[in-house]
Parts: sequence; structure tokens; C-alpha cells
Amino acid sequence: MSSYTSDIREPLVNGHKTYHQITEDLVGPTERAPGLGWTIGFILSVTTLAFGVFCIIWTIWHGIGTWNLNRTIGWGWDITNFVWWIGIGHAGTLISAILLLFRQKWRTGVNRAAEAMTIFAVMCAGLFPLLHMGRLWQAMFIFPYPNTRGPLWPNFNSPLLWDVFAISTYFTVSLLFWYTGLVPDFATVRDRAKGLRRKIYNFLSFGWTGSAKHWQRWEALSLVLAGIATPLVLSVHTIVSFDFATSVIPGWHTTIFPPYFVAGAIFSGFAMVLTLMLITRKLLHLEDYITLAHIESMNKVILVTGTIVGVAYLTELFIAWYSSYVYEQFAFFNRAVGPYWWSYFGMMFCNVISPQIFWFKKFRRNIALTFFISIVINIGMWFERFVIIATTLARDYLPSSWSLYSPTWVEIGIFVGTGGLFFTLYLLFSRVAPVVAIAEVKSILKSAGDQYTGPNKVHHHGHGKDHGLHADHSVSNVDDGNHGAMATAGLTGAGLGSGIAQDYKAEKISTSQPDLNTGSVTNSGEVESNKQDPSEVDSQENKSDKENKGGFTGKGDQLKKIEGIGPKISEVLNAAGISTFKQLSEAKVEDLQNILDTSEGNFGGNSPESWPEQARLAHLGKWDELKDLQHRLDGGKY
Amino acid sequence: MADHKDIIFGLYDDEEILLDAVKVANIKHLDIMDVYTPFPVHGLDPLLGLSESRLHIAGFVYGALGTLTAFLGMTWIFTKDWPIVYGGKPHWSVPAFIPITFELTVLFASIGMVVTFYVVNGLGPGVVNPTIDNRITDDKFCIAFESNAISKGDAESFFKSTGASEVHSKTI
Repeated sequence: MSSYTSDIREPLVNGHKTYHQITEDLVGPTERAPGLGWTIGFILSVTTLAFGVFCIIWTIWHGIGTWNLNRTIGWGWDITNFVWWIGIGHAGTLISAILLLFRQKWRTGVNRAAEAMTIFAVMCAGLFPLLHMGRLWQAMFIFPYPNTRGPLWPNFNSPLLWDVFAISTYFTVSLLFWYTGLVPDFATVRDRAKGLRRKIYNFLSFGWTGSAKHWQRWEALSLVLAGIATPLVLSVHTIVSFDFATSVIPGWHTTIFPPYFVAGAIFSGFAMVLTLMLITRKLLHLEDYITLAHIESMNKVILVTGTIVGVAYLTELFIAWYSSYVYEQFAFFNRAVGPYWWSYFGMMFCNVISPQIFWFKKFRRNIALTFFISIVINIGMWFERFVIIATTLARDYLPSSWSLYSPTWVEIGIFVGTGGLFFTLYLLFSRVAPVVAIAEVKSILKSAGDQYTGPNKVHHHGHGKDHGLHADHSVSNVDDGNHGAMATAGLTGAGLGSGIAQDYKAEKISTSQPDLNTGSVTNSGEVESNKQDPSEVDSQENKSDKENKGGFTGKGDQLKKIEGIGPKISEVLNAAGISTFKQLSEAKVEDLQNILDTSEGNFGGNSPESWPEQARLAHLGKWDELKDLQHRLDGGKY
Repeated sequence: MADHKDIIFGLYDDEEILLDAVKVANIKHLDIMDVYTPFPVHGLDPLLGLSESRLHIAGFVYGALGTLTAFLGMTWIFTKDWPIVYGGKPHWSVPAFIPITFELTVLFASIGMVVTFYVVNGLGPGVVNPTIDNRITDDKFCIAFESNAISKGDAESFFKSTGASEVHSKTI
């Protein structure tokens, strides 16, 4: 492939996927009956949604008086929740638009679900201002349209109206972007379906054919949409922050708000993406597509944005002091040590301190910890909005009008209900659409699949120059259900990883053993597989023998491939005359234990029980099986 | 589809083989009807002689339309139709118009481009295009010729020599 593959970046698609396997894995969940986890989740979500709907009806029926807002605290949970949901809605477009412009390949694994999340989060967010207006049935008054009231127009100078435009534009553009990406994938689902299902998915796929011109326009459209969605996503939370920053309320009217809100939005959005993706990954078995590399990348974004948010918090404090403006100083003093000190502490701890553990690679790649921290951040970012809104309003200029605020069951119910709405929609989405963008993952497979990049990659050279000459080798693979079978037949017998073979026609692949000496490509072991047939297994084995002995100059380097063998033990084994996989595979466990016991150095914790088996697989070139085995092993022990 | 077309098409297993096959077709001056792939294959457009998409130009025009609509609209409303003094500020307060102008620029450009995309591609809700092969959206890369543009023998030898895994004829 002409695309560049990196030796350093780790693969983003694991499991030696073929194009067909990607389709199977990603369309599969929409074709099967839902599992128990999904069913339970859906019942819970719909139940909470139903309670939320009840609370909304209660609010509309009885009025806003059912909330605990008062003269001093006019914005409480409603606007807190609104800003919280809008913030969560920022990660989707960031991932799909900004990361597309930056050509970040890891976006392909998570963009679809993140965009879906964005759309659902914005829907949840939009509910709160609408309800807060009181007369929901007159919500259209916020839009400028010729009317019989004068015509009376909205105030275009008001940030609240800017918000209306920003959020409705954001919702529309996100929806268009998301759906345009879904169209080719719906076509994939359609082409595997029959009967009514096929009709439905044909409708959803808009009759997509996969024509070259359509793809060209599709890519042009995606790129331009990404280009204009990037400033859009930054503008949305900027404008949300104007709701506060253009006011004259101490603690709100700060110029740092736009960048601080945007960083906070991306921060909370990524936290929610992680929460959702880690669950989705588990439930739909997408570990090969949402890899540790994806999780680590997102944790890096969390670390950066969390730190930006932390700097913003501290800057606010500094400026309050530096401005010598007593009301501003009091606002921040009140936030930190006033009656709502616990929410300020929660905000600082959850948003600034907790993500700092992601400075360590070990923690960035720890799934359980990432999940935990992502929830901590979701909570922390809710506290932030509560601190900014309710805490600040609680103590205004006049001590006589100071007040406190706690939500009623109706307000709590609506918030919980939006959570139900969010998860209901997300769970439905995961049933009807591929949660990972199929076409986009396929398009990065050759540059980011694990058979082409990373430590397990297989080098392939000189593609495409000569296959025309091998017409007589072409195998007619007419059997629909038997993708790639012909290639496998030719290659697995020769002891090569079966995964790589499925992609490639047998006469085309030209491969060497996986590169064991990191950095240096060995051509000595290269096998022209078109010359192979299963009867040549022996000569192939001889070849790999030769490679093991002659191809690698670094003494015993390769033994480190065995789990449990480090550089030290490798040296010890070399000294005892074991330097190849073949020799190690033929050694007895007791003998190996003996070598370890009699050598200098403390190898008490190392058990050689699995080494001969690992070496046998390595010797035969069964890297996949070796990898599987090593997954099951614990430090080389069974 | 009112007009039926007879086509002969070959399916390839890999986009690199497909790209080379298209090169061979160019050398042999074969008239390819279309190429169908499961994902965008880079490098295919110049080989097929596809000119660059003009969608972004359309996007610019729609965006400019949005800018004008928003800015002129607000200007007309606040200076001519119903001038109101808000907080003692001028009627024509340009900085306050910027956010909405920006949002409508993006909104018009996005909606316009997406609609244009589907219209020029002939795609949309309810459109039923003939399926050449179900696996084209899965893992097969297809080169299709119209049957009257190439003889059956030529097509078959072309597909065979360029490494197609299957060759079929179909009326679509």
C-alpha cells in the first residue's frame, strides 16, 4: 500500500482483521438478538426516562414553582444540567472534525459513537432551557419569524439568543455529519440483509452504491464539514460561556470564560466518551477496534484539557485577588469556603487533581482505572457548573437577600430522566447502526492494522508490480461464504500466521518472518509465498531455521520474545548453549530450571514451565497462537 | 431504473490489485463504466480521470449566502423594521451580530452542501439503486464495464490478467 505505516505507533486495529472480518464484527451486533446486558440496561434507561417524562409533565402542569429556584438563585440545577450536557456534547464533533483535520487515525474507532453521543447529549441539554422558559408551548417565540406580534423580533444582541442559534446549528450540523458518515455503513448492513430489513436499510442508506465518484464527493464533503464544524464546536461553548461572561455578576463576568469553557467541555466530553466506549467495547466485544491505544490517546486529551481547566481555576482566583475588586474577591472566597465549599472541593479534586495520574503510561492504559476516573470527571464537571451557577448566585451584593438552594424531587427527576433519555437513545443506536465506522476502519486497516504495523507486523514488499503476470495463479473464489479461504490454504500450512493470509491473494503476498530484532528488517527469511504449496512445509521450516540461526545476529535477542525471558535470562541460556527457539523448544523444563538455579543472579521468580511450548510456537512461526498463549500466561507461568 | 444496462464486472480482493488493474485498463484504453469500493480508495480518482469535486465551492457559496442572510437580516430588522434601543446601544451594533452571523454561515454551508451531495449523487431517501454485488460494501472491489463498450473476451482476459477473483455479467 502506498500509505505510510509507522514502526513506532501501535496498531489501531488488532486481531489480524480482514475487510470481511471487520464487516462481520461491526455489523454483527445489529443482526443478533440483544444480549442480557443490553436488555437490562434498556429497561433501566426507559424506566428512568419514564420518570423524567413524568417530572417534565409535572413541571409543565404545575409550573416552575415546583422547582426550588428563588428570587436570588434564578438558575439552579436546570442551567447546571444544561451546560453539563452541552459540554458532554462537545467530544463527538471534536473527535470527528478536529481529529479528521489533524489526520488522527484513532478517531475512526470512536468517532461514530462519540458523534451519536453528541447528538443525544445536545437533545438532553436543549430540554432544560425550554422547560425553564415556563411556557413550553410558546418556545417558537425564540426564533425570528414574521409574526402577528408586531412583528416583534427577538433581541439579537442577547447571548441567550446567540445560544439558541449556536445550539440549533450545532445539533443540525452534528446530525448531518453523523448521518453522512452512516450512509455507507447502512449500505453495508443493507447488503447483508434480506426482505423487509433490506428495504429499511436501503431507505436509510439512501441507495448508496460505493461508486468512485460518490466516495470522492463523500470525502470532500467530510473534509469541508470537518473544516467548518471545527470553529463551530469551539463557538458553541464560547457562546454558552457568554451567557455568563457578558453579565455583570461577580464571578461570571470574566474574560477567561470562553477558552476555559471550551477546554472544560472537551474534558467532560471525553470523559463521557470513555465511560460509554468502555461499556460498549465490553458489551459488543470491540476490543480489537477500540484498543488500549485509543484509550490512551483519549486519556492524554483528558490530561491536557483537565490541566487547562485547572490553570483556568487558578487564574480566576489570581485575577480576583489582583483586580482588587472586593465583590469579585468575595465571590471566589465564597465559592471556596462558603456554604457550598464541598462542591468547590469536589470540582477541584475531580477535575484538576484526579486526571493528573494520567501522566503515567501505566495508568493511561489501565481500563478499570480509566473507567473510574472518567466517572469522577463526569461528576466533577457537574460540580464545576454548579459552583459557577448556584454558588455564585447564592450570595449576591445584598446580604439581606442571600439565599440557599437545594433541588426538589422534580428537578432531580428531570435530570435523572435526561440520563435515561441519553442511554435509551444510545442503546437503541447501538442496535440499529454499527457503533464503529466500518468504512473508515477499513480505510485505515492497511496503515494501522496490527498485521501491517506495530511489533507483530509482517513486512510486505513490492506490491502490485507483478501480479498481472500471475494470472494463472488467480484462484476463483466464487463461494460467498468462504472469504479468503484460498489464501489461507496456501499459507497456514507453511507455518505463517493465518491472519495475514486472508487479506491477500496467495500469489501476491511476499512476506518475511515478523521482525524480531526491533528496527532491522531481515530479508534473509523472506518467502515468496507464490512459490509455496503445502507440500513445501519442510523446506519452509528449514528456511525459518536458517533464519533463526543466521538471520539474527544479536545473540539470543529473539529469546526475549518468550514471556518470562528477559535480557539476563536470555544471556544465561545462550551461555548454556540455547540460543534458538528450536533448541529451547526441545529443552526439558527441569534442565532449564537447573540452568537458572546454577547460574549467577536471582531468578527465583521465573518459572520456565511454559518456555518450551512458547518456543515451539515461535519456531513454527505461529505468532498468533503464541500471542494467545502469552495472553493467558502470567509472567511465563500457566 | 428505467433504462437497463448490461454490464460485465470483475471483483478484486484488495484495493492495491484494483489500482493496478485500473492502470492496466488505462494503458489498454478500456472504457471503465465505474469502480465500486467498500471504502474510499486513495489514488483511484486520478486514474479514473475524475476531476476534483466542486462541492467545496458550492459550500462557500452557501456559506456566503448564510453570512448575508444573517447580517443583512439583523441589520434590516434592527434599523428599519422595528428599531429598539437595548441598553442604550446603537441599533446597528455590528459586534453583537457576529455570533449569529457565524452560526448561520456554518448552518447554510452544511445544509447546502449535504443536500447538494445527495442531489448530484442521485442519492436520497427512497432511492433504490441496483445492487451489482452484495459484497461490494463488504470486502470486494469492483470494476464494471458496459457490455457494449467492450467485448466479452476482452473483458474476461483483462480481468483474468489483472488478478480479479471473479467475473460476472449482469443486467442492472
